[in-house]
Amino acid sequence: MMDFPKTADVVIIGGGVVGTATAYYLAKSGRKNVVLVEKNTVCSGSTGRCGAGIRAQWGLELNCRMALACLDTFEQLDEELGLPTGLNQGGYLLVAYKEKEWEQFKKNVELQHSLGIKTEIFTDVKRAQEICPGVAVDDALGFTFYQRDGHADPFLTTFAFQEAAKRYGAKFYKFTEVTGLKVEGGQIRAVETNRGTIECGQVVNCAGSWAQDVAKMAGIHLPNWAERHEILITEPVDPGVCPPMLMSFSGNYYIQQRPHGSIIAGESPSHEPLLGYTSTAHSIESIAKTIIKLLPRAKNIRVVRQWAGHYDMTPDAAPILGETDVKEFWHATGFSGHGFMLGPVAGQIMSALLNGEKPPIDPTIMDYRRFERGERIVEPNVV
Amino acid sequence: MTEKRNVICRCEEIEIDEIREWIARGYDTFDELKRELRVGMGPCQGRGCRDIILRELSKATGKPISELNPGTIRPPVKPIKLGLLAEDK
Repeated sequence: MMDFPKTADVVIIGGGVVGTATAYYLAKSGRKNVVLVEKNTVCSGSTGRCGAGIRAQWGLELNCRMALACLDTFEQLDEELGLPTGLNQGGYLLVAYKEKEWEQFKKNVELQHSLGIKTEIFTDVKRAQEICPGVAVDDALGFTFYQRDGHADPFLTTFAFQEAAKRYGAKFYKFTEVTGLKVEGGQIRAVETNRGTIECGQVVNCAGSWAQDVAKMAGIHLPNWAERHEILITEPVDPGVCPPMLMSFSGNYYIQQRPHGSIIAGESPSHEPLLGYTSTAHSIESIAKTIIKLLPRAKNIRVVRQWAGHYDMTPDAAPILGETDVKEFWHATGFSGHGFMLGPVAGQIMSALLNGEKPPIDPTIMDYRRFERGERIVEPNVV
Repeated sequence: MTEKRNVICRCEEIEIDEIREWIARGYDTFDELKRELRVGMGPCQGRGCRDIILRELSKATGKPISELNPGTIRPPVKPIKLGLLAEDK
């Protein structure tokens, strides 16, 4: 057992993909004494429960740019981190069923093309079936597809960040719960935990669904809430059942087949805030019905597990990145269901911000004070 | 000569050496090993490997098995066909 540290340069709260990526990029930048505390085990919260998708098909320039930077990062991440991340670029096939949605898709694709995202847009069901064999989408109005989109393994990715960060000297402490934050003279001074107090110069709150509680310890109000989403996975079967991430906002589904053979599928809830990881019989039935409707030949594939996870929501479903009114108390949270895909770039941005350098993407607009000012980042392409 | 392999998780074909390697890296809970190696994620839900892995964890941490977290066991108890789940009752 490592001795628990009394001091640190930076303390990162939360061991999901955002926290571990932040730890990695900070340690890699040369920062000494980077400490990450996690109240459970690394990857036990939203990251480890997510649908694993990565896409550049967004409707807002900021999100397109962040997602493109993430694709660039993911494409060389195995080599950089020295461990596999399970990246599988089978594309995202987005399905529109409603007129208004289809009109929005056309606008999104125009924006995507202007940014170098070469999304294909079409109405031919046969083309959709080339991408996803046997998919039953006669009731759809149209489709968009971008081959570089796909999915990676959230566990492998997060652990790869952790292992690589350790090599650069970062320290990870699991079962370490933050119980208080010490603020003096308007600046963060220490993190109190169930294992002792760590005096530190900077703190990054990457606590996801619990970020609001952590922020409150320093007197900062974040308008986040946890929304429960449910998901299931099947036994592994031969490839080709659902090669792309098959997804629809109006159809309320996403389905993908891992390179390993298992099929993962999920749906969104009715958007009421629900904290808890309980999975329901209703959801397993409802998701099964959706899969059978879209992929009738999957009917004899067996479901092996179902589970639930949280979307760490903000009022505009866009992240909160940046410093707070308490000096050197930083936030990277509120990813609203997209933390896994945006995590690597969030880590790069946070590392740059903490080092006083220019981040790869300007995060100014993602300041948490936008909510007080009545501003919103409006992204049309979300579940 | 055939290579000597000691497969602990038959669903995911994970060997004892891999389990020991990750325990040594500090992944000393069942759920962490499950996330990294997929042990317990296969159709048997850990029925085959859980006890053996807990024994390894006990040896490595010095804690008795009764004090170890056996990891989360999720529904359904046994694999169910999608077609059956989707049937109207």
